[in-house]
Amino acid sequence: MTADSSPSHELAAAHADEHHHPDWHTYKWVALVLTIITVGEVWIYYTPLKETRIFVPALLIMSVAKFTIVCMFYMHLKYDAKLFRGLFVGPLTIAVLVVISLLFLFGHLALHA
Amino acid sequence: MATIALPDSHADHHYTATGQTHTKIAIWAFIGSECFFFASLISTYLIYKGRSVSGPCPHTVCRGLHPILNIPVTSASTFVLLMSSLSMVLAHSAVVRGDRKYSRIWLATTALLGTTFLGFQAYEFTSFVHEGLKITTNLFGSTFFTLTGFHGAHVTAGVLWLVTMLFVDMKRGLGPRDAINVDVMALYWHFVDVIWVAIFTLVYLIQ
Repeated sequence: MTADSSPSHELAAAHADEHHHPDWHTYKWVALVLTIITVGEVWIYYTPLKETRIFVPALLIMSVAKFTIVCMFYMHLKYDAKLFRGLFVGPLTIAVLVVISLLFLFGHLALHA
Repeated sequence: MATIALPDSHADHHYTATGQTHTKIAIWAFIGSECFFFASLISTYLIYKGRSVSGPCPHTVCRGLHPILNIPVTSASTFVLLMSSLSMVLAHSAVVRGDRKYSRIWLATTALLGTTFLGFQAYEFTSFVHEGLKITTNLFGSTFFTLTGFHGAHVTAGVLWLVTMLFVDMKRGLGPRDAINVDVMALYWHFVDVIWVAIFTLVYLIQ
């Protein structure tokens, strides 16, 4: 990356994008939704659903929802430049694939070798 | 040559050819690299989960020792960290508006909530040690303390960053010119929060 000494119109557009951040009401609702999902996660842990097959997928879905909401609204990925989305989502995708691959390698393959 | 007027909040910052500041690109690249760091720690924990040859174990009674994870306490600390993210965005919002009173209040609240989370973690670690789980006890102890310990270190760094920013605010006042610096700190803080979202589910809730 090189420093640009003469700001262009794209620069102005980029800055304009940065200022479309949510207001207090949006942040309040986001916090409420995050709290409700967290309560749901803990509630499901103490119910008979814990012994069923939907327990793990349900927890993973709720966790992914929380993760996504924080990234979109609190980290402003929904509003900021697409470059930042790429800088975060790219490595995150590779990291998740690495975790899944390692679990498969050391779990399934190691047990069935 | 045609020039455009930049808002005050951007006056002192260097821009790349992408139209974004160096600092913001740097923090996002750093956060991207942190994804790999925590992915390696989480995968190590999950791979060794259930392979300890001695107790205590996280979720089940094993070798005569009761499950060690305390879900109610960790749920409370998770809630505290989520609320710290709310106070962080409100602090950033106040700095952008140039509202010095509320920027101080929300920065201090965020630092306090972060410290509370660390207090919960210190309590958890201490109780585990008293119940016989140390980092050298078994595979669960090694991977658990490494993962949550590194996360706690990140929270500690975030709290120090917040306290430093609060000190600057009290000394000369944070205004719109500092918005990007606070934004970068906020991004780090939210990342630490989302990592805990993953750890809470994968380590504490899923058996």
